[in-house]
Amino acid sequence: MNKNYMVSLIAVIVLFLIAYVGAAQGTGLQMVFGIIFPYLAILLFIVGFVRKVMGWARSPVPFQITTTCGQQKSMPWIKQAKIDNPSCTGGVVARMALEIFCLRSLFRNTRMKLKSGPHLTYQLEIFLWVAALAFHYAFFAVVVRHLRFFTEPIPCFVTLIENLDSFMRAEVIYDAIQVGVPGIYMSGLILLAAVTYLFLRRIFLPQVRYISQAADYFPLFLIMGIALSGIFMRYFSKVDVVSIKELIMGLVTFQPTIPEGISALFFAHLFLVCVLLMYFPNSKLMHFGGIFLSPTRNMAGNTREVRHVNPWNYPVKVHTYEEYEDDFRDKMIEAGLPVTKMPEEQA
Amino acid sequence: MADELITPDELLSKIDHRPSGTGWMDTPVEIRKGMYCYAANPKSVETLGLPNAHAWNPVDEDWKLPENWQQIISEGFRERLGKFRSFKVFMDICVRCGACADKCHFFIGTGDPKNMPVLRAELLRSVYRNDFTKVGKILGRLAGARPMTIDVLKEWWYYLFQCTECRRCSVFCPYGIDTAEITIMGRELLNLLGLNIDWIATPVSNCYKTGNHLGIQPHAFKDMLDFFVDDIEEITGVQVQPAYMEKNADILFITPSGDVFADPGTYTCMGYLILFHYLREKYGLKVTWSTYASEGGNFGFFTSHETMKRLNSKMYAEAKRLGVKWILGGECGHMWRVITQYMDTMNGPADFLEEPVNPITGTKFENAKSTKMVHIAEFTADLIKHGKLDLDPSRNDNKILTFHDSCNPSRGMGMLDEPRYVLQNVARNFYEMPANTIREQTFCCGSGSGLNAGENMELRMAGGFPRANAVKYVHEKFGVNMVACVCAIDRAALPASMSYWVPEVEVTGLHELVANALILPGEKERETDLRGEPLPGMEE
Amino acid sequence: MKDKKIILVGVAIFVVVVTFPFWYNLGRSAPAPEVVLTPKAQAAEVCVMPTEFMKADHMKLLDVWRHDVVRNGNRIFVNPDGKAFEMSLSNTCLDCHSNTTEFCDRCHDYASVRPYCWDCHIENPKGE
Repeated sequence: MNKNYMVSLIAVIVLFLIAYVGAAQGTGLQMVFGIIFPYLAILLFIVGFVRKVMGWARSPVPFQITTTCGQQKSMPWIKQAKIDNPSCTGGVVARMALEIFCLRSLFRNTRMKLKSGPHLTYQLEIFLWVAALAFHYAFFAVVVRHLRFFTEPIPCFVTLIENLDSFMRAEVIYDAIQVGVPGIYMSGLILLAAVTYLFLRRIFLPQVRYISQAADYFPLFLIMGIALSGIFMRYFSKVDVVSIKELIMGLVTFQPTIPEGISALFFAHLFLVCVLLMYFPNSKLMHFGGIFLSPTRNMAGNTREVRHVNPWNYPVKVHTYEEYEDDFRDKMIEAGLPVTKMPEEQA
Repeated sequence: MADELITPDELLSKIDHRPSGTGWMDTPVEIRKGMYCYAANPKSVETLGLPNAHAWNPVDEDWKLPENWQQIISEGFRERLGKFRSFKVFMDICVRCGACADKCHFFIGTGDPKNMPVLRAELLRSVYRNDFTKVGKILGRLAGARPMTIDVLKEWWYYLFQCTECRRCSVFCPYGIDTAEITIMGRELLNLLGLNIDWIATPVSNCYKTGNHLGIQPHAFKDMLDFFVDDIEEITGVQVQPAYMEKNADILFITPSGDVFADPGTYTCMGYLILFHYLREKYGLKVTWSTYASEGGNFGFFTSHETMKRLNSKMYAEAKRLGVKWILGGECGHMWRVITQYMDTMNGPADFLEEPVNPITGTKFENAKSTKMVHIAEFTADLIKHGKLDLDPSRNDNKILTFHDSCNPSRGMGMLDEPRYVLQNVARNFYEMPANTIREQTFCCGSGSGLNAGENMELRMAGGFPRANAVKYVHEKFGVNMVACVCAIDRAALPASMSYWVPEVEVTGLHELVANALILPGEKERETDLRGEPLPGMEE
Repeated sequence: MKDKKIILVGVAIFVVVVTFPFWYNLGRSAPAPEVVLTPKAQAAEVCVMPTEFMKADHMKLLDVWRHDVVRNGNRIFVNPDGKAFEMSLSNTCLDCHSNTTEFCDRCHDYASVRPYCWDCHIENPKGE
């Protein structure tokens, strides 16, 4: 088991060092990490993502296998669970929105315990839901506020998120450490805390440890590495933000340049992001696209009301009533069961 | 079997929910007695014309597989990825968060880590990654991939037949990953190699030929109903007259054959007979039975989509032949998943039937207007709501009831309140089990999906433990002495599970309770219920 | 098939959102801003610390200055070269960099940083 996370941890450290040491060697390798990899990464990310989703879309949905999580639409005097067992598009949209934006199914999570008696108990287990929600929203906020490096002029929604994100002010000033200017972003810290929690539960919960693979630890370490290097650059080892924006604006306006004086730590940070983007479409991270296409959630529970069509439905060999009656005609007559053909009519 | 079965305490002492030791990929499968079902009789497989019928034994080293079995699996896998988006998406998007892990009754009851839904699915995913993804091909084990070997195949067989496809895990999965869907595909693949289990294959073959799983031939089917008719007359003084294959009847009634065959389902079957007699006498409603379509359940569902369709076709075919208006379905679990989510798609459109309307109350069953098949709990609830049934719930007063939601009507249909409404109108002592064990979170009886055999009793008892434990809770707290359910498999499986875990509790179908309470026109004063037990106040 | 169309729309939205920085900046170029040094600043040649340090770390320096003055009553800063300065935004920094709009604001706007210096201090104490 240890092997699984050690391999991933070492992989992320090696990736980090490759970029960190490489970028310190001068402009040549800085071009590789600052220009070539970012372009490659965004290309592979978009192409890989679209191919994966279209690959899923290529397979039809032959049956409407909604998981109904509440009372069906029935007689008017029985209250339907319109979101958990939707019977129309509106309900499905509401259900999907709750799944996507609130991770609703995860909110149901319980932890089972077998106590003496024997007595099985199921208690609410909300931490996975909290951590997952915190993780995703913090990640989203981090991505949005990074747009300040990707846009000129900076759109107001970016500034808005930035202001919200930094509304808590904290300053720490000692001889050895000074943090607080620039202002502290909550999202970065929440992201790091959530990712750490998600890692620790993989280590300490026996069931989760048992099912975890290297492919589960790798993205966690990668995101941890990205968050740590970002936080380090912002609060501790300051970097020349203006040059960094110059580099990024060069990329997004297709006039790539490598300005002078950018620290190697930034290239390492950027490289880990590139690795994440390239890894994304080939991994479980595709749950981002997959959640939209899950047939148990994105279909209505109205299969008896509206016929669902299977595009590859084909005729099958059946045992017809006529064949059945041929097999049992005499016995049926004797038992007084109706038959369609009397024995003497048989050829 | 029973004498070989370990005691509940022994079973409990074996459970450890904290997996440790070697990783699951390095833990070889051990096919243990009491935990698996016997291999299919090759004759049954042949009758159905399914591939690679052969005699084999799961505990033998050699499973006598066709030479190119790996190719068959790989091609079958590819074909299903192309046909089912569900399968393809579910192979790709699991993040192994572990939310499903302790939701499975088999994991709760056995502690075997490969019974965590996520690992059950990983058994297939690992092979998928190896054969169908670039990352899996390049990184192998690091990406969670492993090649298909004979040991993997045995592991598939063992664990895919330790899933009752109850879909409880899919309620908790943040992406709605449905282990049933994965198990269904896996079983289809195994069946391509002739690796069926007898408890599924033989009923399927029977059903195909004789119209029902138990292989009851038409005259015997009638004999059995006649036997119930006699019993009913003895108890109520009224002779009911079931109709068989009556052309142009109003309604064709189809129920699982288990209700015709085994206690306590038989009492439910008597309940249907009494209800239909009442409706015919009082309102002139003509309900007919058929011996050709005498099976509501569909074990084909546990074999392959194709076999399911072949068995299911009889329902519409018979309704069309008899010229009925619509179909009424009896109490059954997976039958209703097939009817709700598959039948119309596979064998519809049923444009030769009418949109179902209850002729007695005038209620339109809007929710069944395409499938044209109504659940008897919906039907009876509607009758009660409109005051069309003459009921004396005090006759059920000696029964302290709880209600077990069956997996498929709950999570594949959402029929939760209709049976409760009926129950509370025909009986007066009703207590719910704890919230985490009912409705959409209900636990499997432990023996669904074709695992109701005798040889896998330890597995059944382990899988039935969470349900039984919830019953035990209400038994101790409220004195519950009877579990009501709307599923024939429940009625077959729960009595064994109850006598193992909570021996003081019996099992009943919903319509047994209805018939106990229903006052038939011209009936004598009843002294016993349908089981021949004295009614409250009638004890000597 | 109907759902394929919906998926295509979804994928298109995804691509549009992900490529936002590329089309948002289309046809523009956004070179790093040039800061303008006043004649006085030019004449001084070096700031209180080397330019490289000042570019990345000036906010930290200012923060420490404020702390030293307000909390410790210490008003003198001695840089590594041994040169002493009064720790004062208005009297020292803004003495040379009196053109805040052309000096401070250009980079701060470019990087979307809103310093809170001006919550208390006035930008142009000399009124030039």
